[in-house]
Amino acid sequence: MSGLFLAGIVLVLAMAAYWLGRRRALASVSGRIRDLHSLPEYYGYYAAAWCAIPALAVLIIWSVFSGTLVEALVKSSLPSTVGSLSADQLSLFMSDVRNTVTGNIVSTPTPEVTAAAAHYQSLEALSQWALTVVGLALAVAGLLYARRSIVPRLRSRERVEQVVMVIMIGASTIAILTTVGIVLSLLLEAMRFFAKVPITEFLFGLEWSPQTAIRADQVGSSGAFGAIPVFAGTLLITFIALSVAVPIGLLSAIYMAEYASPRVRAFAKPLLEILAGIPTVVYGFFAALTVAPMIRGWGESVGLDVSSESALAAGMVMGIMIIPFVSSLSDDVITAVPRALRDGSYGLGATKSETIIRVVLPAALPGIVGAVLLATSRAIGETMIVVMAAGLAANLTANPFEAVTTVTVQIVTLLVGDQEFDSAKTLAAFALGLVLFFVTLALNVLALSVVRKYREKYD
Amino acid sequence: MTDVTGRAAPRRELKKRSTSDANVRKRRARERRFQAYGVAALGSAIAMLVFLMVTIVGNGYSAFFQHEVALNVDINRDRLNLGPSPDEDALARASYRLVVRDALKAEFDTVSGRRELRTLYGFVSNGADFAVRDAVLANPEIVGTTQQIWIKTSDDIDTLLKGQMSDVARWQPQSAASVTGTTGTVTITAGGQAFATVLEQVKAHLQDVADELAVRQARLESIVEDQKAAVAELTRSNSNPEEAARLVGDIAANEAAAKQLSERIAGLRQRAAAAAGSEVLVADLPSYLVKINGGLVKITEVSAGEAKGEALLPLQRGTPAPQGSWEIVSYLTPEADRRVKDMEIAWITKLQAEDRIEERFNIAFFQNGDSREPEIAGIWGAVVGSFFTLVTTLLISFPIGVLAAVYLEEFAPRNRWTDLIEVNINNLAAVPSIVFGLLGLAVFLNFFGMPRSAPLVGGIVLALMTLPTIIIASRAALKSVPPSIRQAALGMGASRLQTIAHHVLPLAMPGILTGTIIGMAQALGETAPLLMIGMVAFIVDIPGGFTDPATVMPVQIYLWADSPERAFVAKTSAAIMVLLAFLIVMNAIAVVLRKRFENRW
Repeated sequence: MSGLFLAGIVLVLAMAAYWLGRRRALASVSGRIRDLHSLPEYYGYYAAAWCAIPALAVLIIWSVFSGTLVEALVKSSLPSTVGSLSADQLSLFMSDVRNTVTGNIVSTPTPEVTAAAAHYQSLEALSQWALTVVGLALAVAGLLYARRSIVPRLRSRERVEQVVMVIMIGASTIAILTTVGIVLSLLLEAMRFFAKVPITEFLFGLEWSPQTAIRADQVGSSGAFGAIPVFAGTLLITFIALSVAVPIGLLSAIYMAEYASPRVRAFAKPLLEILAGIPTVVYGFFAALTVAPMIRGWGESVGLDVSSESALAAGMVMGIMIIPFVSSLSDDVITAVPRALRDGSYGLGATKSETIIRVVLPAALPGIVGAVLLATSRAIGETMIVVMAAGLAANLTANPFEAVTTVTVQIVTLLVGDQEFDSAKTLAAFALGLVLFFVTLALNVLALSVVRKYREKYD
Repeated sequence: MTDVTGRAAPRRELKKRSTSDANVRKRRARERRFQAYGVAALGSAIAMLVFLMVTIVGNGYSAFFQHEVALNVDINRDRLNLGPSPDEDALARASYRLVVRDALKAEFDTVSGRRELRTLYGFVSNGADFAVRDAVLANPEIVGTTQQIWIKTSDDIDTLLKGQMSDVARWQPQSAASVTGTTGTVTITAGGQAFATVLEQVKAHLQDVADELAVRQARLESIVEDQKAAVAELTRSNSNPEEAARLVGDIAANEAAAKQLSERIAGLRQRAAAAAGSEVLVADLPSYLVKINGGLVKITEVSAGEAKGEALLPLQRGTPAPQGSWEIVSYLTPEADRRVKDMEIAWITKLQAEDRIEERFNIAFFQNGDSREPEIAGIWGAVVGSFFTLVTTLLISFPIGVLAAVYLEEFAPRNRWTDLIEVNINNLAAVPSIVFGLLGLAVFLNFFGMPRSAPLVGGIVLALMTLPTIIIASRAALKSVPPSIRQAALGMGASRLQTIAHHVLPLAMPGILTGTIIGMAQALGETAPLLMIGMVAFIVDIPGGFTDPATVMPVQIYLWADSPERAFVAKTSAAIMVLLAFLIVMNAIAVVLRKRFENRW
């Protein structure tokens, strides 16, 4: 909270700097604005930028790294009895220390913990003080420097615009940084996983049971990390979803683009879009509570043995969710098919449906394929529906009435709750995430390039 | 198709025309069929939407109401362990559990025994203590007096009263009835086959149970068939003798089970088919309760004209009851399958007769945090958590998104670097949301050591996720501002940045805001990435800041959906309704913004 407070002080100083800079500029030409290079407020902005930017930068960098730094210092100064602990025990010890500092302790801390906590607290206080002093000093120094450098010939507007430009470039690189962050974090954790489990076993193994024994003497469950059943389950559910969404979405799109009156279109299109706007957790609840028992009931009435977490329920509801992805994109590409193609077909005596099937759809095919690919990528990456309605056990089956599991379900079950971060079990989630990321990325790139090629054809 | 020589062969032409007519008919039919497919597809998509909404609303509306019971609570100083002149602090800290229990015991003084008492105490919500405490704190004068205080019933009682636990039917037989006593075992005799309906229903129920068991038996038998085939196969190939031996054992067990089932079915069928006579009602049959002479009798044995039963509530008089003054109430779910037993139904009946049970608006649902007790659990903690998370998201993604969009649209030179950024943004928009959660877990929690379950971290992760949406929408809005505006400003001597900041950006703002609101709506409904960063904890307290542990509405829905209590189904649906209401409002604002302020050039 004191970090926020400090930021507030810096911002107040920056406002003061704006006012001082502006006044200084006006005073330097005794009020004759046309003798200034820029408008007076640019001198104010110039001063404010000098005051706020270095101080805030230091503040952000400091608050990001101070925690790690303080912890490293505490760790290095631990007494030798504690220092010789194994890595796991050390991290346990450090979490004890942290809990003692924040005050939510369950058991009475050992003297070592208390001592380390005191050290921790004093270091943190020191860091806080140092930050305050350095931050405020930087802000004041920036203010004074800017004030001194304000002269009528100072190109303050250009300077300010340069700063804004740098900030804008920085903002647009956030997207790159995010991608880099995703790739790096997934890749690094997955590497650690592959150091424990060979990559060939992960990609081609037929058994998935990530429960590792907690105690060494525990029976069984040493963990098996063959991801084929998980991939197969994902594909099965995606296939079911697509076999619901593609016919319904495509036929709806054709109807809306070719047959529907403008009034029907104005009414139906937003309704379909609503399907895309409903949070996925709602679909998950719907699948688990309404659709799954319904399918089970139907199955029982015709003598089929349906699991209560059947792939069919999750897949069908996911299909409903991705209908609008298929329909709105297909709608776009169908309406983009040039009128001349249609007129030519009508001129030869074809009916409307013949024109659509023989002329419009083949012409729009690349775009429709792109839409289906995008919908596939959505379905593969969808999480909440399958977490709530699909199973946990990895069955290698193609029977839609049985429970299967998916990549996203496994990621969630492996990572939700407290667990040590170094076990193969948690790291496996990152390996699955890596596969998920690259598969969806490949599908998207493919879909976008297909659609782009199609656009170029008719634009 | 004008055939010059056609006149020469009239018969052939006739035939030709009729085939071409048939052809046209076929093509027209195909046309109609194709159009019907389209209508059916669109209709089924919309029907699914409607079905989804109807299920949610149908499940959820009842959670906005809650049954409360008026208890006469003796706010006894000694039972509360209060001194002669307690201050407010002492009143707030006192335990009100005992006085609530005393009130229940006083109400039903016939109840004794540990189990019965536990059931009785379970009649009201666990939050009853707080209701009494709030009443006392609101008016400390009432200490030492007996007050009627409205207290929430427990979730089970509430579920039963809402008719969600069992089908309830009540009817008045068309005859007078006489009784043989007021307490203990009571025999009710009525003319005109008054209990024939009960007998019929019981027999029908027996028939249903027998049919269900028959299905199970058939399945068992088919399993036995399969196993026998497998054994035959194994013995022929002689490959796996242990497996064969195990199967033989299984077959024996299954056959025995099937035989037992068939005996039970035969017994049940016989009872169901028996022409008249009487039936004994046990706990795995529907419950039939007779409201007569101010008491309640649970039927244990019934024939067409007579019912023998146990008085759950003592009758006030033993006189014959005239036609229309007594009624039979049936609970079709057998008592054994019900969480609320017949005894509790008797208590409800008594309180209802005194007008002391009421369904009231459940305001606590909008004021409380999460709880393990459905009747106390509320959505407010999650709403506040969502608020803090969304504020963080907005504060990060809006400025960065707009700045990035302005740079890419207005300033960026066309080179490989900006192409890379552009491809990146498009791809990020399609990355599964759970991957952002993994990013948050690995980078923000593990690398930077930020707190778990905090709206701050959730907000940052969601901001990264919504950034592409905002950038893409903002760029579209900037692109739609005509170049003449820019040229005019530049012609007046403004710098490029001034042109953008003073003229282009204000004109593009409605479009940018629309995109931002849509992005925020997306973030509000997002669940998966927040599961990764620990926002799924069970948190009772209302979060007070950006770093307090919190949860958000979709995650709360996920948590409630996993709870086993029946009452949480309604709560979950109600929470979904609240969430959808927020989303509808946000999207409506976006639509209005677009309609009212967007300039068409």
